[in-house]
Amino acid sequence: MRKRPAAADPPTLTTDALAALNRSGLSRRDFVKGAGVLIVGFSVARASRILASGPAAAQNLGVSGDQLDSWIAIGDDGRVTAYTGKCELGQGLYTAQTQLIAEELAVPFDHVTLIQCDTALTPDQGTTSGSQSHPANFNTSNLAQAGATAREALLRLAAERLQVPVEQLTVEDGVISVRTDPSRSVGYGALVGGKKFSLQLDSGAKRKHPSEWRVLGKAVPRSEIPALVAGRFEFVHNVRVPGMLHGRVVRPPVVGATLVSVDERSVGDLPGLVKVVVKNDFVGVVAEKPWQAIQAARKLACKWSSGVGLPSHGDFHEQLRHQSPTRDTLVVDSKDVDETLARAASVVSATYRYPYQMHGSVGSSCAVADVQGRKATIWSATQAVHPLRQTAAMILGVSPQEVRIIFKMGSGCYGFNGADTVSYDAALLSQAVGRAVRVQLTRRDEMAWENYGYAYVIDQRVGVDTQRRILAWDHEAWYPTLGSRPRSGTPGNVVTGFLAGFKPAVFTPRMPAPDPRGAYSNRSNAAPSYVAGCVGGRCGGTGTVKSERVLTHNARSPFFTGPLRSPSRLQNTFAHESVMDEVAAQVGADPVAFRLDHLSDARLIEVLKAVAQKANWDTRPSPRQGIARSGVATGRGIACVLYEGDNGYCALATQVEVDQDTGAVAVKRLVAGLDCGPISNPDGLRNQIEGGTLQGMSRALLEEVTWDEEKVTSVDWQTYASLPLGFEVPEMETILINRAEVEAMGAGETTITLAAAAIGNAIFDATGARIREVPFTRERVKEALASRAAQSSGG
Amino acid sequence: MSAITLTVNSRSHTLDVDLTTPLLYVLSDDLELRGPKFGCGLAQCGACTVIAGGRAIRSCVTPVGTMDAADIITLEGLGTAEKPHPIQRAFIDEQATQCGFCLSGVILTAKALLDENPKATDKQMRQAMSTVLCRCFAHVRMLRAIKRYAREAGV
Ligand code: FES
Ligand code: FES
Repeated sequence: MRKRPAAADPPTLTTDALAALNRSGLSRRDFVKGAGVLIVGFSVARASRILASGPAAAQNLGVSGDQLDSWIAIGDDGRVTAYTGKCELGQGLYTAQTQLIAEELAVPFDHVTLIQCDTALTPDQGTTSGSQSHPANFNTSNLAQAGATAREALLRLAAERLQVPVEQLTVEDGVISVRTDPSRSVGYGALVGGKKFSLQLDSGAKRKHPSEWRVLGKAVPRSEIPALVAGRFEFVHNVRVPGMLHGRVVRPPVVGATLVSVDERSVGDLPGLVKVVVKNDFVGVVAEKPWQAIQAARKLACKWSSGVGLPSHGDFHEQLRHQSPTRDTLVVDSKDVDETLARAASVVSATYRYPYQMHGSVGSSCAVADVQGRKATIWSATQAVHPLRQTAAMILGVSPQEVRIIFKMGSGCYGFNGADTVSYDAALLSQAVGRAVRVQLTRRDEMAWENYGYAYVIDQRVGVDTQRRILAWDHEAWYPTLGSRPRSGTPGNVVTGFLAGFKPAVFTPRMPAPDPRGAYSNRSNAAPSYVAGCVGGRCGGTGTVKSERVLTHNARSPFFTGPLRSPSRLQNTFAHESVMDEVAAQVGADPVAFRLDHLSDARLIEVLKAVAQKANWDTRPSPRQGIARSGVATGRGIACVLYEGDNGYCALATQVEVDQDTGAVAVKRLVAGLDCGPISNPDGLRNQIEGGTLQGMSRALLEEVTWDEEKVTSVDWQTYASLPLGFEVPEMETILINRAEVEAMGAGETTITLAAAAIGNAIFDATGARIREVPFTRERVKEALASRAAQSSGG
Repeated sequence: MSAITLTVNSRSHTLDVDLTTPLLYVLSDDLELRGPKFGCGLAQCGACTVIAGGRAIRSCVTPVGTMDAADIITLEGLGTAEKPHPIQRAFIDEQATQCGFCLSGVILTAKALLDENPKATDKQMRQAMSTVLCRCFAHVRMLRAIKRYAREAGV
């Protein structure tokens, strides 16, 4: 019971979407007068809700005109324009989404123009993060379904025109022809002709089967790369608005300091200074030129109160363990763990520590804001344009309808970097001067105040029987948080909002943790891969161990925190995959074989086997036999996980060399394997895996936020190390397991999750020394090597 | 403020600037060039790299007043998206980037070294790149692209 496309009324889109349509490619003139267009309008939120409730409900997808907030349009030149609310962050998403539309519409890749992330133009798809971006547009209704809707509508129009049933038609590169007589054909452009078609999303429209893919699944080069390498690409850092001024912020010198006074005379004689801006504890300057703003910010005499003091860095993890109150969560609890451990033949207990780490974008964060009266436009590299619209409005004291956020790509962010906070900085400064203001943070302001990735202390207790089988697994972890993404209502979750007078999200302690309820979920990978994950009689884990307890304690952090690539997943997996190795060593089992013995999930098993095979895994227990106590030792390590419990199966094998005299670790080879369902762009995927794995390696070997009694001391690239282009890059191989038949999963954060464990396991294999704290600095490696010597001479 | 004449990408510009201003701000704000970028302002990351007098220099710590005789080349001075320089071509062919913010440091540092010494060893390349950062860690591809350029430019 398909409706014919109605060649009648103009489409009823939201005012914003209509305005956007007019502004983009299809000019207002073309759209309203002469030229024809076929538009599929749809409401992202509503459509996905209805689709979720099944095909029957979807039949009534009579979305009324004012609810359509997005569209795909085909002009009578055959060109396609589409909106997306998922933006490019350097991960190739622009290209992948363009491929998707080209595929479903059966048009050439370069006939598609995609408009990204702009609150005035694009649908609210929340935040581009968490390896969820592909799944969002591939599996839910929006872009792909709209493309399929348009293709089917065009096929029906062609059937009428060519006087043959739809079943006898075939479509390629925007041309529909009769299967048996290709000379009878008609192009999309001609079908649209001078008419206007307004369609609504058809949830019954059939998506292309991956076996029919022509554009998807191919290594299409990323669209932005030529402009990037030629230095022509417009980053948010390059946005220039007429009359634009330059701002700088002045952050407190120590954590928790509040502003006592500002002496504006200290900068009174500086050329180009436009204004000193103060709002509660927020301080900034605005000047004509960037260099003038920098000097004014340096010279401005501010008096601050003393800070709140910081816990000592040295025993931070121990203090963390004793913090109270905390917010406690049980992911799973079989209620028999203590008894089972008590009767185990042996129990391996170990504690793993993970530091705060930074996003540390190469470019410090930048934004441009133009606030005129009650209207504001902000060019921002935020991952969340719609939420930022809400919170920027709060910061400015205006209504969200008056705020427009335009996404412009920034320096790679790896999670939640300074893009939102600097957007507030620019907005506040622009509001104070009534002109457009560009703000780029100093390196120190970026690093000392960003929302760090979580520190962790994780206790593991694993009991085994005499048959080398794990009987019980007990996981208990503590991690501190403060703030995070501001979402739609908490600008105080980042430093600028906080300084301007807003509070971070309320912390609600919960002690003790309530029993797990509902379906098993392992979103933070708090549960190891080897437990069964049984909640309420249903098991959702990837492993076989039935006696299981996973308890987490969320404490308060002295620093702002936020998601950093593979948030919590990486830290938890470091602990699980390390202790799994310790247990294997304890029972004298090969680390891969021992893992396979305790996994139940076929896809995880397959990717682990594939990686081991590719790495020429040398099957034997760790550590190696006959290790010399000095000189260079080599070893191999393995780790695997199902990211987020349902979002990407991955495994990583490493080969390392440890210089036992200096403690230096050199990673020689990395073999990464990933199964994330159907692959839309294999080269883009490889690029993500390579980058993620090396980033994981840098985090494992070097990265750690440090502080003294009152302030963060990691404030530049000398005090916060990152592996440079000049380090000896390991040989790197990736294995992609392509599965056309299943749902697409995430990719960007998968293998990074495994790097620390796989490297740590290889160090152990090489030397017999186990390192339980990231980063594996030379000092820590040497310490571990020394304690190995003490143990063996003592034993 | 003083007048200065800068030669950037073979074009000369006369500007009235504070001569202590780091070259980077003049390039990116007065001349609105998009290649050189502010990353750290401390000569630690390479994002602001330009080639001057044949050497890769860090424009974030180079006062513009010292540059009036120099021939400055920025990333956009090499080639365009349509007609890329061979080293840029190599980066496109290898898809050797993610966000691309670091590219001035990566491409221009490698180019300056290879221009000076086309037979530069891996070790020399690593030395030159020892304070060039890419936080997307596109290292594998970038180094492959540089090698490709060295190979293809060598013949
Ligand atoms: S910005 Fe010049 S080296 Fe970092
Ligand atoms: S590609 Fe993003 S920093 Fe290098």
